[in-house]
Formats: sequence, C-alpha cells, structure tokens
Amino acid sequence: MSTKNIFPRALEAEAIYILREVAAQFERPALLFSGGKDSITLVHLARKAFYPAPIPFPLLHVDTGHNFPETIAFRDQLVAATGARLIVRYVQDSINQGKAKEETGKFASRNLLQTVTLLDSIDEFKFDACIGGARRDEEKARAKERIFSVRDDFGGWDSKKQRPELFDMLNGRIHVGENVRVFPISNWTELDVWNYIREEQLDLPTLYFSHERAIIERDGFYWPHSTFLQTSPDEVPFEATVRFRTVGDMTCTAAVMSHADNVDDIISEILAATISERGARMDDKRSEAAMEKRKQVGYF
Amino acid sequence: MEVLRIATAGSVDDGKSTLIGRLLYDTRSIADDRLEAIDSASKRKGLGFTDLSLLTDGLIAEREQGITIDVAHIYFSTPTRKYIIADTPGHVEYTRNMITGASNASVSIVLIDARNGVVEQTRRHLYIASLLRMQDVVVCVNKMDLVGFNEVIFNEICQQIRDIAGPLQMDHSTFHFIPVAAKDGDNVVKRSEKMPWYQGTALLELLETLQPHSGKSELPLRFPVQYVIRPHQDAFHDFRGYAGKLSSGRIVTGDRVIALPSLRMGTISAIYSGDQLVPEAETGDSITLTLKEDIDISRGNMLVKESELFHQVSSLTAKIAWMDEQEMQEGRAFLLQHGAQLVKVRIQAVKEVLDIHTFEQAADKKTFRLNDIGTIQLKAARPLFLDCYRTNPANGAFILIDEFSNNTVAVGFVDSF
Repeated sequence: MSTKNIFPRALEAEAIYILREVAAQFERPALLFSGGKDSITLVHLARKAFYPAPIPFPLLHVDTGHNFPETIAFRDQLVAATGARLIVRYVQDSINQGKAKEETGKFASRNLLQTVTLLDSIDEFKFDACIGGARRDEEKARAKERIFSVRDDFGGWDSKKQRPELFDMLNGRIHVGENVRVFPISNWTELDVWNYIREEQLDLPTLYFSHERAIIERDGFYWPHSTFLQTSPDEVPFEATVRFRTVGDMTCTAAVMSHADNVDDIISEILAATISERGARMDDKRSEAAMEKRKQVGYF
Repeated sequence: MEVLRIATAGSVDDGKSTLIGRLLYDTRSIADDRLEAIDSASKRKGLGFTDLSLLTDGLIAEREQGITIDVAHIYFSTPTRKYIIADTPGHVEYTRNMITGASNASVSIVLIDARNGVVEQTRRHLYIASLLRMQDVVVCVNKMDLVGFNEVIFNEICQQIRDIAGPLQMDHSTFHFIPVAAKDGDNVVKRSEKMPWYQGTALLELLETLQPHSGKSELPLRFPVQYVIRPHQDAFHDFRGYAGKLSSGRIVTGDRVIALPSLRMGTISAIYSGDQLVPEAETGDSITLTLKEDIDISRGNMLVKESELFHQVSSLTAKIAWMDEQEMQEGRAFLLQHGAQLVKVRIQAVKEVLDIHTFEQAADKKTFRLNDIGTIQLKAARPLFLDCYRTNPANGAFILIDEFSNNTVAVGFVDSF
C-alpha cells in the first residue's frame, strides 16, 4: 500500500473545475461544512482551486448540538489554519424558535431537524449555491443526483425534473428563490477519498482513528455512549477500541471495532470490509427510500 | 490511476443489470449489507432470485415501475483502474438520458440478447454511439448459455452489427465483440471454458486495456478561461491568474498564446496545479496560468496557440438532440453554453429532423419534440471559439438553455461553419 498515485487525479481536476464554475456562476455560494472527511476534502480542494487567493465563499456549519466535541475542535483549528470564513447556525435555535420539534424516544435524532436550520440559513444569507460533500456511491438516491442539483423555493428535490448534464457543461441558471446544491466529489468513492487524504496528507478529526471509548450495543451496532443517547436499563456501556467510518451526530453514527490508527491501516480495513460506509448510519435505515424522501424536503 | 468512463444502455430483460452486478460482484465492489438489502427487497417483491437491478434503480418511481428511468452512476475499481459506469434506460422515450450518460463516456457497452439478435434498441444505441463518436464500442452478445454457446449465432449477430455500423460511418469507433453469459459470469471477468472457439478476451480484461485519452494532447490547444484569480494580498500583489481546464492540447511554460476574442498575444510565465508550480499541463488538467504581458482577459475568453489553427464562429450548422418537453421551432432564440462562454443564439433554420425509429430523415418535420435528433443552422450574437465535433469533440459540443425556464433543452454537436 505504499505506492503513491493510486488516487485518480482526473477526479481532482473535475472537482476543482466544478468549484471554479460555482465561484463564476453564482453570486453568494457557501460550502456546507460538517467536520466529516468529505467536507474536509472539499475545503482542501477549494484552497487548491483558488490559490493563491483565499477561498471566495464562506463555510456554513449547521450545528445540531449533538456533534462529537472532537468535530467542533477540529473545525475551529481548520478555520484558524486556512483563514476561511465560518458561519455557524444552531439547530437548538430552530427548536427554541418553535420551527423544529425535538424527536423523542430511543431512536431520537436531530438529523431531520437540521434541514430546517439549513433552509433558514440559506434564506438568511440568500445563498444561491450550497456546496456539499455528498457522493453518488454512498446511497442509491444519491446515485441519481446531478452535480448541479436545482432545489425549489422550499429546498425540495424533484428527481423527475432534473436537468440533463452533458459533457462537463454545468447550467447554474436559476429563478429567484431557487438555489443549487453542488456536489464536486460526486464521482469519488469512499476509497478515493481515503487515498486522496493519504496522498495529500490531510489532517482529520481523531474520531476516524481507533481510540478507547464507552459504547453500548444495540441491534448489532456499537453506539457512542453520550448524554444525547437515550438508553434502556439493559444497555450497559462498556469500553472498547473503536473508530468511526463516517461522522454524523452522536445519536446516529455507529462505531466499528478497529485497531486502525493511521490512514494506511484504514485503507486496508476498507478494502477488506464487507459492510458499506453508510451501513452504520441509522438515518438511512428508517426506510428503503429514507434518503430520497429527506432530499425531497430539502436535505442535501 | 486512470479513470475509464463507460456508458451502458438497455432494459432489464437483456441482462444488463446482471452483467453490471457481475462486474461489481467479481471485483468485490459491492458490500454485504447492500447485497442483503437487495436480497430482502427482492423477496418482498416475491421474486425467487436476487434482482441486481435494484442496486441501480434507486428512485422510488423506478422501483414502483420496475424500470430504469434516470442515469445511475456505478463505481468499481481494479488494482490499476477506476471505472465509472453511467447506466441508462434503453427505451425510446429515454433517448435524452442515453445521450446524457454517453456524453461523459469513452466506451459504450451495447448488450444484445443472443436469442433475439439485433432489435430496434440496438440500432438506437449504435446511432447514439455514432452521434457521440464513441471511441470504443463493446458489443456483448449475452445469454449465450440459452443458445447452446453456438458460434454461428454469435458470428451472425456480429455481422448484423457491422451491417448497421457501415451506413452510420463509424470508422472513428473501434468495435469489440464478446460472447457472454452474464448470469454465470462467462467471459465477464474471466475467460469462459464453454466457448473454446472464442479467442478474444473477457469483458473486464478488454476494459483494462482501452486507452481513454489517446491522441487528445496532440490536438490544438484549447484553454477556456473559467475564472480570473486576483488575490489582492501583499504577497501576491500583482498576481493575475487565469484558471481553467485544458479542453485539448498541451501547454508548456514559455509557450506563445493568443487570447480570443481580442487576438492579443502573450507568453505563459507560470503554470500552477493547485499551489504547485508545474512546467507543463495536459488535456484534462485543471490549472492556473499567468502571462508575462498585461492583457485584459476574462471568463469566456479562450487561449489558443499562435502556431495552431483556431476559429471564431458566428454562424454554424450542428446536429442537436432535443431534451425538453416543450417543442422547438425555427426562429427561436436560446442561450448557448460552450465551455465558459454563454452567448445568445437564434435558430435560423431547421434543416432536418430524423425519424426516431428509423433514423432516416422525416421529410416534412420541422419541429423538434422531446428526444428528436436533427440538424439546425444557428447564428450567434458574439463569436464562439469552437471546433467541429468531428475534429475536436472536447471543443465541439454545446448546450442550449431556455432563457425563461432556465432548463437545458438541447445538446449540440458542431458539424460545420
């Protein structure tokens, strides 16, 4: 695994081309930053795309309040190191304003609620393009997503009204009130992202690497024990060596047992894995069409 | 690592999903939980087998109707290559999706059911491959197991394909013919022992050898300026960089270039790839250039080489494929997008519209409806910096945008100017 140049460089050229189209075609773009490896990759690509100028758009973080503390610490470090402009909006504020209602019960999560805060932020700053790190290989509804994905006044996605995207020509023309979600790493797979992280020597939150953590077992998955997770009496937390393959909220991201504490080991682990990346995301498992339904109402 | 982009088209019946499923399965590109999810979904539908089409038919409407509607993107890789498959529906009403999927591919896989031979859909797939001047066309004659692995049947189908390709003038494409039984994986990833008469390679072996970018760097330089980078920082006070992706050709520091449309000349002083200085760049690279001279250049301009032929075109003839629900008649105005150029154009004349079933000229038709393909003449408000699609595909295609709906309504391939 020590050979360089495994990562297909054509994917980087494509992503940079897309980011430059966004800067050229839109007046008020923003990069949706979650603190996960995909959005960290996007920030790196944006720095390359506009070098030596600073990134010409802000990062927008929709903070659910259920983030891992490691994610927030990493975010603040990255912003300090890159000089990027960061905007944070809080799901808690949407709840306090009565615009969103907290879910209850064992599977309660703020995953759906963040759409409310996202749409409000788009409205507040009049963002006309939001760049996201979603990839087509993640999930079957995302496999049908365009690179420039037009959303209506309500942030909704209509799979039947998607514009054809021919060659590399991206049509970003929209009506007032509409906005576009942009996915520069659409054609990357999980492995591509990791190979890129290795070859570009990108820093990541410590969550991605194996560490000791208190977890509980539920439905065959290992959940991080936290004050946000509602547990039943028979769910007793225990210490284990784990890492996270994907980083979402503490309430919907399951850990995997792993001793991979560096990027090379993680890549070997992914190559041998038999469960897909989002296989440990409870938000996708609510129904067969969970992702498509969320996208229809404004999720990215 | 190289990326190979493939387009496949066809219906569920001809075994396309099974073939793609095989490629994923045999290259270990599909995770257990996804297979299990498809398996249980198949059972819920009352099927006695794992329906691999559920892997790609991701939308609710597609699963309801049991058909592929939209382009799905599927990824797999081998130790040496990454593959992107644009999987598209084969039916006539989704012709626009087939063209969309094929536009980013250099290889087209045409699937044929050995029992049925060439059918109407096959002709359409070949026509689209010819329209897009696909570099490689791989004809997979599938379900060979159901015709007793018969060599004569395979050869007959190959001949039928050659007979169709002849009149389509597809000399630009290399044809490959492979007898396949996707269900059991014969000649998909590994060569089959059941067809000793077949001397060629298995499908994946063939894909591993195809060269997607051959010859593109030898074409003339076409560098559409996408974005101008002006840092306004002390360290880069006078920096003015022209960012873009090389459509064709190559560029070396010190090259003399001409800016279109101003025709001002300049010398490349630096080439940046990200934050790295590089001595040269090739077709497909996203780079930032700086010039020695202070020339006014903005988005939509193009850099070409002094020593090479280039064009500024105000009226042209093009083949178009119409992709909108609303029909189109002579005289309409649109926005034409080509590279970073966005120019108002008017359709001066509709020269011909093809019959979508026969691909012959429909004599009396002057209106484009959804999925229609034909030839138009158009006039542009400002000069366009393009080539004929035939000589330089990367710089010879455009899209038309409806100014009112903002929709992408057509794709065009420049024929002549």
